[in-house]
Amino acid sequence: MHPIHVETAKDIQNVNRRTSVTPMAIAHVGRKRLPFVGSYLPIVVLVIWQAVCSLQLVIPAILPSPLEIAVAFWQLTRSGVLISDLKISLIRVVFGFLLGAGLGLVTGAFAGLYKRFEDVVDPSVQMLRTVPHLAITPLFILWLGLGEWSKDVLIATGAFFPMYMNTFMGIRSVDAKLFEVARVLQFNRVQQFTKLMLPAALPNVLLGLRLAIGVSWLGLVVAEMLGSSSGVGYLILNAQQFSQTDVVFVGLIIFALIGKLSDSFVRLLERRLLRWRDNYIG
Amino acid sequence: MSAIEELVIRDLSKTFISSQGALSVLRDIDMQIPQGEFVTVIGPSGCGKSTLLKIIAGLDAQHEGDVTLDGEPVRASGVDKGFIFQEHRLFPWLTVEENIAANLSLKHREVRDKVDKMIHLVHMDGFAKTYPRQLSGGMAQRVAIARAFIRDPKVLLMDEPFGALDAFTRAHMQEVLLDVWLQNQTTVILVTHDIDEAVVLAQRVVVMSAKPGTIRTIVPIDLPYPRKRSSTAFLELRREVLNQLEAHMMEAHAVISAPLNDEGGQ
Ligand SMILES: Nc1ncnc2c1ncn2[C@@H]1O[C@H](COP(=O)(O)OP(=O)(O)OP(=O)(O)O)[C@@H](O)[C@H]1O
Ligand SMILES: [Mg+2]
Repeated sequence: MHPIHVETAKDIQNVNRRTSVTPMAIAHVGRKRLPFVGSYLPIVVLVIWQAVCSLQLVIPAILPSPLEIAVAFWQLTRSGVLISDLKISLIRVVFGFLLGAGLGLVTGAFAGLYKRFEDVVDPSVQMLRTVPHLAITPLFILWLGLGEWSKDVLIATGAFFPMYMNTFMGIRSVDAKLFEVARVLQFNRVQQFTKLMLPAALPNVLLGLRLAIGVSWLGLVVAEMLGSSSGVGYLILNAQQFSQTDVVFVGLIIFALIGKLSDSFVRLLERRLLRWRDNYIG
Repeated sequence: MSAIEELVIRDLSKTFISSQGALSVLRDIDMQIPQGEFVTVIGPSGCGKSTLLKIIAGLDAQHEGDVTLDGEPVRASGVDKGFIFQEHRLFPWLTVEENIAANLSLKHREVRDKVDKMIHLVHMDGFAKTYPRQLSGGMAQRVAIARAFIRDPKVLLMDEPFGALDAFTRAHMQEVLLDVWLQNQTTVILVTHDIDEAVVLAQRVVVMSAKPGTIRTIVPIDLPYPRKRSSTAFLELRREVLNQLEAHMMEAHAVISAPLNDEGGQ
C-alpha cells in the first residue's frame, strides 16, 4: 500500500474521490469487522476448559472435558438416539410454536385493527398473561394426559403471548399521519392492510416472533422433563439420573445450537424485510 | 361559466378543544373557487392554513360550516383529490417509484410509464429504487409531489410543497405545476410563505390573518401566464400582498402589547 500524501485542497478532493464509498459503507469505515469475531470467546473458554480437565483439576462426573463431550456426542449420534430425540423435540416445538404464534398473530392483529375486539379480548389476555405459563403445566397434564397434546398446548400457550402483544402494538404504532395519506390516496381496506398496517407493524411482529421462539424452547424443555419418555429434554433428565454429565452437556449443546440457528433465521428475515429501516447499528 | 363545478366554503369555523381549553383556529371562512382556478393562500405561521386545507380535503370533519365540492360535502374518499402535506409523508418501506405508484400497480404498463415520466419530471432520475431514508428533504418532497401529480386529481391541495427546495428546483417545480394545472384544468389551492410564489402562480391570492384565522383580503392577480417577476404590474401586486401581510403583523403586535381582555371570545 502506498501512503497517501495530502498536499493541497485538490489532493484532498482526489483522495475523497478515490476513497468514495457507498453511504452504507461510511458507517463502518475505520471499524473493520474481524472475521468470526463472535466465536473468539467460546474458543477461549473451550481451550481453558480442556486444559482444566486434562490437568485433572476437576472430577469428570462433575465436569467432563470438551473432548469427552464430543465423544459422547458422536456415540449418541451414531446409535441414532440423538437424532430420534431431536426429531421428536423439533416436531413438538414447531407444531406448538405454529399453533401458539399463529393464534397470537391473528388475535393480536384483530385486537389492533378493531377497537371493539380489543375491548372484549384484551383484558382477559392481559390477565392470563400474568400467570407464569409453566405453572399451568400440571393442569394441562391433568386435562390432556401425558401425550403429545399437553406438550403442544403448553408450548403454544407460551408462544401466544409475545406474538399477541407485539402484533397488537405494531398495528397500534402505525403513524396516524400515514393513515391520512392512505385516505387521500383512496386505499381500499385490503390496501390499507397490506400497504400500510402490515409493513408498519412488521418490526414489532418480527420481535414477537423472536420472543415466541425463545419461549417455545422453554416450554418444550419443561414439557419433556415433567412427563415424557422421549425428546432432548428427556435425554438430559435421564442422563442426570444416571450421572452422565457428558450427555447432559450434549443436550445443552443441541439446545444452544438450535436456539442460535433459529435466532439467526429471524435476524436474516429482519434484514431482508426491514431493509428500509434506518437504525443505529452500534 | 358553469356555476355547478366549484368548491364552496361557507361559514367555516374550526375550534380545537384540548385540556388547555378551546382554541379558535379558523373563523367565518367564506370562499368560492370555480373548477380550474389556481388559488394561493398566504398568512403568518399558525394562522390555520394547514387546518383549512385538511378540512377542504375532507380529512377533518369536526368543524362548523360547510365545504362542498360540486354541491356534495367533501369526503377524504370522494372525488380525486391530490394532497401534498407540509411534511413529505412518504411510506418509509416503499422505494421512490413504489411511493409514487402507492396503491397503483407498477406491473401495469400504463402506470409504469407514468411513474417513469413523473420521476423524470421532478428530476429524480436514478433514484427510482431508493428508500426515503436515503433522500434529502427536498428530494422526498419532490417524490410526494410526483405521487400527487400522477393521479391527475381534480382538486390539488398543496401545503407549502416547495418549502424545502433550492431556488432553481423551486422555479422548475413551479413550472411543472403550472403545466399540470393548465393541461388538466385542476383546481389548485396552494399554501405558501413565499410572497413571490403566491403572486407568480395564482389567479387569486388569499391573505389570511391569525388568532383566529380569518381571510383578511383576497388579491386577484390578473396577469397572463407565464409571468415575469420583473414586470411593473407584477411588482405592484406583490407590494399589495406584502402590505396586507405587514399591516396584519403590525395590528397583531399592537394587540399583544395591549392589556389582555377576554381572550378567544365565544
Ligand atoms: N391537532 C391539533 N390539536 C390542537 N391544536 C392544533 C392541532 N393542529 C393545529 N392546531 C393549532 O391550530 C393552529 C393552526 O395550525 P396550522 O397547522 O393550521 O397552522 P399553519 O397556518 O399551517 O402554520 P404554518 O404556516 O406554521 O404551517 C395552531 O395554533 C396550532 O397550534
Ligand atoms: Mg401549516
